[in-house]
Amino acid sequence: MSETTNSLFHQFIALKRAGEFEQISDLIPYAGVVGLQLIVESAGLTTVLRNRPDNIANTVLPAVHGGVVGALLEHAGIMHIIYECDITRFPKIINLSIDYLRPCLGTLDTYARGYTIKQGRRVTNVRIEAWQNDSSRLVAAAHAHFLMD
Amino acid sequence: MKPEKRYSLSGLKKTFAELPQIRRLGIQYLKLERGHCLLQVGYSQEMVGNQDTGLIHGGIITTLLDTAGGSAAFSTVADGSSVATLDLRLDYLTQAKPGAAIMGLAECYHQTRNIVFVRGYAYHHSSKKPIANFVASYMVGSVGFNPDV
Repeated sequence: MSETTNSLFHQFIALKRAGEFEQISDLIPYAGVVGLQLIVESAGLTTVLRNRPDNIANTVLPAVHGGVVGALLEHAGIMHIIYECDITRFPKIINLSIDYLRPCLGTLDTYARGYTIKQGRRVTNVRIEAWQNDSSRLVAAAHAHFLMD
Repeated sequence: MKPEKRYSLSGLKKTFAELPQIRRLGIQYLKLERGHCLLQVGYSQEMVGNQDTGLIHGGIITTLLDTAGGSAAFSTVADGSSVATLDLRLDYLTQAKPGAAIMGLAECYHQTRNIVFVRGYAYHHSSKKPIANFVASYMVGSVGFNPDV
């Protein structure tokens, strides 16, 4: 079935196998809206939220909208699983809990990385951390559950 | 005890509606009362997270509900106070219908001098059939907004 082999999931997996994981962002319309990108390095996968004037909610600081920081954390969690795990379908998010630790400044890029806390047969628990110019000073952290089967 | 002066609801609505990320997504204020906020966001192709299914990215729900929660919290605090998201949790109960507008409802259920506790839902037609359940707490004051902390 051509529909199956051309599915978005198969396009993702094909890019991953070809070492072109970063191009996955081009297949996600919302990633273009807020500026979500992927960087693959020897240390692993980092998800980036580019600083964009449109992402701001607090215009005084200025600070990135908490919801957009949430979007980064959720996106980084899903991308972490797709990058790290052998999967046969997209992980489906069950829930997400975010702690906002420091102001996320709208003038800087924000980076996020996922860590698998537990991969079960059906559910994976991921921690995601986000920072700006200093990776030891987190701006936000989250944990999320994803359904795998 | 003389009640503290609070922000004008129309002023809050106007300020929030003009924030860059809220304008970018086209989030509309349907209702803002003391401790209660109802928002709506229309469906658009650029919100999509999965092009095969047309499902929106979870970041839209997070941004919608953090905006509703923050607005509800701001409506309850003294004029001049700042409000910053401390944490939020989202449970994704069911998938949003591609093409349909989404409501974001938030209400303050408890308030102290320092913290406003909020809960809410995202839904299409009835809050009794939610897409996502939302719980959050917001810090009152200026501590969370000071970039030097």
